Amino acid sequence: MSVDSKEKLTVSGLHVAVNGQEILKGVDLEIGRGEIHALMGPNGSGKSTLGYAIMGHPSYEVTSGTIELVDADGTHHNVLEMEPDQRARAGIFLAFQRPMSIPGVRLADFLRHAVTNIRNPDRKEGQDLIPMREFRGDLKAKMAELEMDSDFARRYVNDGFSGGEMKRAEILQLAMLRPRFAVLDETDSGLDADAVRLASQSIAKIGGADMGILVITHHEQLLEHNIPHRTHVMLGGRIVESGGPELATELHKQGYERIRVAYPEAAAAEQAMTATV
Amino acid sequence: MAIGIQQTALQESSTLAIGEINKYDFRTNSTAIFKARKGIDPEIVSQISEMKKEPVWMRDFRLKSLEIFNSKPMPNWGGHIGVNFQDIFYYLKPTEQQGKTWDEVPEEIKKTFERLGIPEAERKYLSGVKAQFESEVVYGSLQEDLAKKGVIFTDTDTALREHPELLRQYFATIIPSTDNKFAALNSAVWSGGSFIYVPKGVKIDFPLQAYFRINAESMGQFERTLIIVDEGAQVHYVEGCTAPMYTTESLHSAVVEIVVKKHARCRYTTIQNWANNIYNLVTKRAVAYEGATMEWIDGNLGSHLTMKYPSVYMVEPGARGEILSIAFSSAGQHQDAGAKLVHAAPNTYGRIVSKSISKNGGRSSYRGLVRVEPGAKKSRSSVVCDALILDDKSRSDTYPYIEIEEQDVTVGHEASVSKIGEEQLFYLKSRGLSEAEASTMIVSGFIEPLVKELPMEYAVEMNRLIELQMEGSVG
Ligand SMILES: Nc1ncnc2c1ncn2[C@@H]1O[C@H](COP(=O)(O)OP(=O)(O)OP(=O)(O)O)[C@@H](O)[C@H]1O
Ligand SMILES: [Mg+2]
Repeated sequence: MSVDSKEKLTVSGLHVAVNGQEILKGVDLEIGRGEIHALMGPNGSGKSTLGYAIMGHPSYEVTSGTIELVDADGTHHNVLEMEPDQRARAGIFLAFQRPMSIPGVRLADFLRHAVTNIRNPDRKEGQDLIPMREFRGDLKAKMAELEMDSDFARRYVNDGFSGGEMKRAEILQLAMLRPRFAVLDETDSGLDADAVRLASQSIAKIGGADMGILVITHHEQLLEHNIPHRTHVMLGGRIVESGGPELATELHKQGYERIRVAYPEAAAAEQAMTATV
Repeated sequence: MAIGIQQTALQESSTLAIGEINKYDFRTNSTAIFKARKGIDPEIVSQISEMKKEPVWMRDFRLKSLEIFNSKPMPNWGGHIGVNFQDIFYYLKPTEQQGKTWDEVPEEIKKTFERLGIPEAERKYLSGVKAQFESEVVYGSLQEDLAKKGVIFTDTDTALREHPELLRQYFATIIPSTDNKFAALNSAVWSGGSFIYVPKGVKIDFPLQAYFRINAESMGQFERTLIIVDEGAQVHYVEGCTAPMYTTESLHSAVVEIVVKKHARCRYTTIQNWANNIYNLVTKRAVAYEGATMEWIDGNLGSHLTMKYPSVYMVEPGARGEILSIAFSSAGQHQDAGAKLVHAAPNTYGRIVSKSISKNGGRSSYRGLVRVEPGAKKSRSSVVCDALILDDKSRSDTYPYIEIEEQDVTVGHEASVSKIGEEQLFYLKSRGLSEAEASTMIVSGFIEPLVKELPMEYAVEMNRLIELQMEGSVG
């Protein structure tokens, strides 16, 4: 599939509030299937909030703006009308910055449910899960590619996982669920140097030309094998600047001072946001 | 005392079981055909005994128990027991239990059978349409194997006929009629239940299940179970089954007594899924001797009101008692479940793990007692009870009682109450699970530490039951 594919996820004029406080103040973004976008920005600028809003977290209230999914044939889907599970079944994925632990639920059982629902989006509760053998084979192969011990799937979801294990488990889920569009929220944090390199390669392999990916990161390494088509900088709840891969390199080296100076209004919003917390 | 434990229970018992009572020594005309009628009085009780051709001591024991039953007030704790004792059939011959038709069985029960994949023949038995279930064919060879090892596994009525000496020695020695009102009632009108004797050193390495002899009145309303695990022996008994037991009567009151001798092990597993009109008032107690281990795994999903506190009396050094309890209460249900551990000897070890779930206006209570007797030095006991409440209509209470009369002991208690977290739900939903699936998964995870203790097929059924219970709870 080419980068010019019409299949895309679009965010326009998005305003999001948490507990009545506005966090995102008009975000525009368009990710085509097969594209990689990097999202950078200082702590607290609203990057995770954008990820949550795209996935439909109930605490993140969209006060205005739209999120749409556009199929290859041009059909538009209003994502904001969908429950999070419907969004997942429609092909949207979020790798959490801080994944939740679900004690007592084995990663493999959880994934089998998830894979079943995502492969059969119209499945009703109580209907059969995908055959165990087929699922196991798939899971084993994916875990091997990610250099994960297959015993790991028997552990309870994120329960007592190390920081790095949680992130690997998120990548495993990405690999198993094969979404059309994925937001990877600091999937590199908590990983050691070797693991970041492996993650970068794996994501490139999983995504390939087939996935639209928004990579939220404070580092460059994850982008090594995932050269961004566009790099965006978020400040004070807005994307203030977009550019090519060189922008990621610049921000990584020089920090956000130039951005704050260039966009005083957003910098003021940032000040106000952190002040109220 | 709120729990209703009788300190004297163990000492008092032996005299009671074989008490001499002559004043009810009347006779109905000989071969009187037993006419089932409602209510309870000495005549009915004598008739039951006569019907079963029991020895005199058992009849006398029943009559004495009836007196005790009548003299004891209703418990004023736990739940509201709305039972009219005179409006119940206390004994029905198996043939009289029939006569109901499949059409009369409520739709809901049928649906559950369907979902659980219970075989046709068993469905009819479980719903009371058919009194007999032919299991001999399937389990005959296993039975033979057990018999060769000297294991006795039969219903308690048969045991009374075939092994009177064992019955006389142990019956009602662990739970005397005086223990509580419902133990007294059971003692007066008991019928069926399981009797197991495992000889010295015999280890049975597969779970014994009431399925084996489902045709032998194993799951009556007033069943009486007695298990004796002799020195160094080992057994795991699984009571009844997880299918919804449907009966038109509203009271189930069982007594289960277990003796675990020196260095023996016993595990007793129950998953109770009575229909929602049933008062399930059950007394379960085990005595563990030197170095013996007793484990209760007790799941309560059905019934209108359950009051059940399996207990372990650790009476000799090194005895261990473990009680794992799961309660799930939904609309119109009150599970007052818990456990009792009595440390009556040094170096005894006890553990209680309780998990309760309340949804849709259901109420779950944990009621537990840990008692350490003077001199039970270096004993250790731990209690962990976790409650999960699924909505604002539902309720969970904890009544932990701890009585320690010895300095040199370690007793720990932890309790938690939680709700299903929005963040957990969102995480699961973001992976394509519906809200209902996500909640069910969180609930299954919550009880998983206990479910994994169950034999495989019961674990699977337990999870299916949880799914059924969870249906319609959200959205
Ligand atoms: N659930 C919440 N409750 C209260 N405040 C929130 C919540 N979620 C986000 N915020 C606030 O919104 C702002 C943006 O948070 P967000 O997590 O989106 O930042 P971020 O760009 O992802 O930062 P980081 O780089 O540190 O991950 C912060 O001030 C944060 O405290
Ligand atoms: Mg963040």
